[in-house]
Amino acid sequence: MADNKFLGNAGGRTLSKPPTPGDIFFDKSFRFLTRAFTWATVFLLTFIVYKIGGEALPAFSDLGIKFLFTSTWNSSQDVYGILPQIWGTLYSSFLALLLGGFFGITIAIFITQDFLPYRVEFVLKNIIELLAAIPSVVYGLWGIYVLIPLIRPVANFLHEYLGWIPFFSTRLSGLGLLPAVLVLSIMILPTVAAVSQDAFKAIPHKTKEAAFGMGTTRWEAILRVMLPTASGGIFGALVLGFGRALGETMALAMLVGSMSTLTLSFFSPADTISALLANTFPEANVGLETGALMSAACVLLLITLIVNVAGAVIVAKATPGGDKR
Amino acid sequence: MNRTNPQRLQLERQPMEPRALKSIVLSAITIVCAVTACIPLFSVLLMLVYRGGKRLTLELFYTLPPGAFDAPGVGGFGNAIAGTAFMVGIAGLISIPFGILAAVYLAELDPHSKISEIARFCAKTMTGLPSIIAGVFAYAIVVLTMGHYSSWAGGIALSLLMIPTVMLTAEEAIKMVPNPMREAAYGMGCTPSQSLIKVILPVGMPGIITGVVLAVARAAGETAPLLFTALFSESWLSPNDPTASLAVLIYNWSSSPYPNLIELAWAASLILVVLVFILNIVSRSIGGKTKL
Repeated sequence: MADNKFLGNAGGRTLSKPPTPGDIFFDKSFRFLTRAFTWATVFLLTFIVYKIGGEALPAFSDLGIKFLFTSTWNSSQDVYGILPQIWGTLYSSFLALLLGGFFGITIAIFITQDFLPYRVEFVLKNIIELLAAIPSVVYGLWGIYVLIPLIRPVANFLHEYLGWIPFFSTRLSGLGLLPAVLVLSIMILPTVAAVSQDAFKAIPHKTKEAAFGMGTTRWEAILRVMLPTASGGIFGALVLGFGRALGETMALAMLVGSMSTLTLSFFSPADTISALLANTFPEANVGLETGALMSAACVLLLITLIVNVAGAVIVAKATPGGDKR
Repeated sequence: MNRTNPQRLQLERQPMEPRALKSIVLSAITIVCAVTACIPLFSVLLMLVYRGGKRLTLELFYTLPPGAFDAPGVGGFGNAIAGTAFMVGIAGLISIPFGILAAVYLAELDPHSKISEIARFCAKTMTGLPSIIAGVFAYAIVVLTMGHYSSWAGGIALSLLMIPTVMLTAEEAIKMVPNPMREAAYGMGCTPSQSLIKVILPVGMPGIITGVVLAVARAAGETAPLLFTALFSESWLSPNDPTASLAVLIYNWSSSPYPNLIELAWAASLILVVLVFILNIVSRSIGGKTKL
C-alpha cells in the first residue's frame, strides 16, 4: 500500500509498456515527414535555380552573349544589354564593402577587445543588430529625404574643387551612386560586425595574454596578433557582406537613380541588376522583356550564389563554430 | 647616487612614447567609428518619430489610401496593414512547419547523414539568396500560372525567405536541449517521435519561437519579393487580387509628388519599424530568459 503513494496518478497501471503498433506507425510516419521536408529544402533551392534558369534560357539564347556586354535597355525595340547593371552591382557592392567592412571590423574590435564595460558593450552590440532590423525600404525613404540633402552640398563641393579625379567627375543632382552606397554600407555593417565578432571570440584567451606578456600595447596586440589570427574569419565576413550587398534591392532601387551608364563617378546615377528588376519587372511586357529580366535575375543569382557559398565555406573553415550565420 | 634604475624605467608606462601614443590615437579612432555607426540608427528613429509621428492617428488603421487630389491629412492605409498581416501569415503557415520539421531531422533524427549535410548547406545558401530572386521565382511559378498578381504569390515569396531562418534557428534550439532530457524520455520507453513531441520540442520551444519571431519580423519588412508578386492595391484585401503591403506602400509613395502621400509613407515606416522592433524585443526576451 505504501508503494501507491509514490506511483501517484499511475495507480495500478504499469508505467512503461512496449510501443503499440499505432505508436510504431506514428513514429515511422513522423520520421518520414521530417525526412521529406529535409529533402524538400534541397529540392527547393534546386528548383529555384532550375525555374529561373529555365525561364531565362530561351530569352538568353535569343539575345545572345551580347546581352552581357552591351548597355542599351530599350523595351520598345526589344534591345537588351545589362553591362552597366553588372558593373553597377559590382562597383556599388565593392564601395559599400570598403566602407561597411572598415566600420564593421572596427566595431567588432571595439566590442570584443575589452574596450568597454560589459553593459556598454551589450548596448552597442544591440544597437548594431537593430541597424539590421530596420527594413531596407525605410532606409530608402530616409535616404531620399534626409541623407541626400545632407550630402549633396559636400558632394558638389568635392566636384567643384576635385572634379579632375574620375571619382568626382559629375555633380550629385539627387539620386546617385553615393547615397545608395552609403545606405548599402549601413546594411552590410551588421553582417560584417557579427561574423568578425565570432572570429575574434574564437581566438583562445591565452593568445592575447601571451601578446600582453611580451609587453605589447593594446593596439600592437590587436594589429599584430589578434587581426592576423582572426583574418580567415574576417575575410569570410567580408565576403558574406559583399554577397549581401550584391543582392540588396530596395536601397538601390530607391536611391541609385536607375540610369544605364558605365561610370566611375560616385555622384553619377547608376543602376544595378536588382534595381533593374525592381523598377522594370512590374511594367514589363510579357515575352522577350520578361525573358531578358529573368536572364538578368539569373546572372544575379549566379553571382550571389558563388559569393555566398565562398563566404560560408571560408567562415566555416576559419572559425570553428562560427559558421552559424 | 639617487638615479632611477634604468631597467625599472622601461617597465613604467610612458604616455608620450610613440608606441603608447599610437595606441591612444587608434583607440580614439575606434571610438569615433563606433559612434558614427550609431548615427544612422538614431537619425532614422528621430526622423520617423518627427515626420511619421505627426500623422500617427487611429484613422490610419481603418481608412483606405487617399486619392492624389484629396485634401491633405486625409486617408490611411488599413488595407496595407491587413495585407502585410495576411501575407506574413501565409508565409508563416508554410515556413514554420516546413522549417521545424526539417530542423527536427537535421538536429535529432539523422544529423550526420549525407542528406542532412546537403540540406544544411542549402539552407545556409538560401539565407544569402537575394530577396528579389524570391520575388522572381514566385512570379515564375505563381503569377505566371495563375495569370494575375495575388497575395498568395506574395506569401509564397516571403515564405522562401523565412524557411532557412526558421530551420537553422530551430536546429540550434533543438541541439541545445540537454541530453538527460532525451535519456529520461527514452528511459521511459518513448519512441523517438514521442520523445520529440512530448519532451524535446517543448523544452526547445523558446529557442524555436525566437527564430520564428525573427523570421516574421524580417518578412514584414521585406519589399523586393512583393513588388511583382502582390503588387499594390488601393482597396481592401481580397486574396486573389493584387494586395497592398506596408513595405510596398512606402516604396511607391516615397517618390510620389504629393506631400500627403509622402507624409503617409513616413507614418507607415514608423508603424513598420515599431512593429519590427517589438518583434525583435519579444524574441530576445523569450530567448534570453530561457537560455539553457
